[in-house]
Amino acid sequence: MSKWLGPRSATGILLIAVALIALPFVAALGGQAWVRIVNFAILYIFLALGLNIVVGFAGLLDLGYIAFYAVGAYAYALLASPHFGLHWPFWAILPIGALIACFFGVLLGSPTLKLRGDYLAIVTLGFGEIVRIFLNNLNAPINVTNGPQGITLIDPVAIGEFRFSGTSQILGISLSGPQKYYFLLVALAIFVIIINLRLQHSRIGRAWQAIREDEIAAKAVGINTRNIKLLAFAMGASFGGIAGGIFSAMQGFVSPESFSLIESIMILAMVVLGGMGHIPGVILGAVLLTILPEVLRYGVGPLQVAVFGKMLIDPESLRMLIFGLALVLVMRFKPAGLWPSPERKRELQGDA
Amino acid sequence: MAEVLLEACAVAKHFGGVKALRDVSLTIRKGEIYGLIGPNGAGKTTFFNCMTGLYVPDGGGFTFAGATLRADEPHRAAESGIARTFQNIRLFANMTALENVMVGRHVRTSAGVIGAMLQNAATRAEEMAIRQRAIELLHYVRIEDRADDLAMNLSYGDQRRLEIARALATEPTLLCLDEPAAGMNATETAELRELIDGIRRDGTTVLLIEHDVKLVMGLCDRVAVLDYGALVIEDIPAVVQKDQRVIEAYLGA
Repeated sequence: MSKWLGPRSATGILLIAVALIALPFVAALGGQAWVRIVNFAILYIFLALGLNIVVGFAGLLDLGYIAFYAVGAYAYALLASPHFGLHWPFWAILPIGALIACFFGVLLGSPTLKLRGDYLAIVTLGFGEIVRIFLNNLNAPINVTNGPQGITLIDPVAIGEFRFSGTSQILGISLSGPQKYYFLLVALAIFVIIINLRLQHSRIGRAWQAIREDEIAAKAVGINTRNIKLLAFAMGASFGGIAGGIFSAMQGFVSPESFSLIESIMILAMVVLGGMGHIPGVILGAVLLTILPEVLRYGVGPLQVAVFGKMLIDPESLRMLIFGLALVLVMRFKPAGLWPSPERKRELQGDA
Repeated sequence: MAEVLLEACAVAKHFGGVKALRDVSLTIRKGEIYGLIGPNGAGKTTFFNCMTGLYVPDGGGFTFAGATLRADEPHRAAESGIARTFQNIRLFANMTALENVMVGRHVRTSAGVIGAMLQNAATRAEEMAIRQRAIELLHYVRIEDRADDLAMNLSYGDQRRLEIARALATEPTLLCLDEPAAGMNATETAELRELIDGIRRDGTTVLLIEHDVKLVMGLCDRVAVLDYGALVIEDIPAVVQKDQRVIEAYLGA
């Protein structure tokens, strides 16, 4: 434990804490939109860490992860909006959303236990699409999800009388809605990071890694691979469900189009780009892939106008181009990800 | 006569038309080193895989420590006390040597997800015990100085030893070694022999599949010979060595 309490890491933690507290105020200088972008970055950290359990730890390629996010988001939307006239409190729905997502995780996991690699990827991809299509069409004969129109006027997060939407004064400091959500998200993200770290260095975490490395050997040492894999799906899905609930509350609106295949791929790209199975790497991946497109959006457009006097290339189309190029470059020069775990790094150097 | 530990009763396995095992029956007694030999493709590994649950036998079955071995799920074999190594080493390549052995403790420990998240006293104590035992086992097979190296970076001989340590971590009553001396030089083989002998002295029964006939004859208390999936003979090495059918099977006369 002494390494955590040493003076150097104590200073490090203090610096990070100061930076985290200052961040929403610095971001607000560029407008509330930037605070929202930061919030989304944290939400994606949350999602990427959840997917990291399935893909990074257990080595199960999941291309339908967004489905659990969707399930969590709709669980919250249905239980806290005028759509059904229900207005349950946030803290009650969050665990429910996690549980429902967890159930869906097991639902997806159980028929796919014998599949690996490409085959598993295809089935999970299909699962993700099935959930989205269901959400899109469950407005008849009984209107459950309100179809493509989505659900609006979702309750914001509230703790007692304190609502997270709108501006309020705390200790003489004026905090906007996004800024309040920021602190909630940071708290939850720290919670998720701690859980991830603890899982990684636990009996279960080792069993996941063992399955990733060699499933037959894992069976031979007595790991019930079926249950342990299901556990990975369930845990990953629960994190997705929680993230979905927060997304719903923060946006106040959900519709099926938020949960398309490209979202699953983006989250997977965050995990792979950052460094599969390495928690700091995954966080880096999530932050980069959320912030960079926005920087492009707000940076490249005005830059073109300033240099050429007019807009030559639409930043939106440039985004996918640069994103694809970045992926290719990373896979060519840093195949273990931008910030791989020390072990993975050694392995790839050993191969070279 | 020592107590019977494992009894194979008319075990049969075929792959399509190939009869890999034809009603093999044999008995392993507690505390012995039992050798299973035979030419390539005789069905030795198939027999191993049936016993450890990787294959489901098409006929017959196993009795282990007085109870029927449920062969449908591999992890049950380890639970009931059968540990194995693999002919083509199967380590968790990207985990350290220590972690490999720690995984072996999985089946004898119980911490779950909730415990891992809460890090309560019981979980931490168990984790300490797992680590402690794993370090002991690395000492036992004498690769303790490689504890923090990735399994894939260990030398071939050390990988074999690590696999044995991982198998021992499951606290087996029967340790099954699938060609542990394959690819080893004379010194390494002698060291391995010492290790296996030590494991038996410490109370674990050993089943040994091996090509190195000298090693088997010198080390084993009893030997069974398989040929074309059928049991040729099961006896003490001195008798097996002189048996005409065994000589024929090996020399193809």
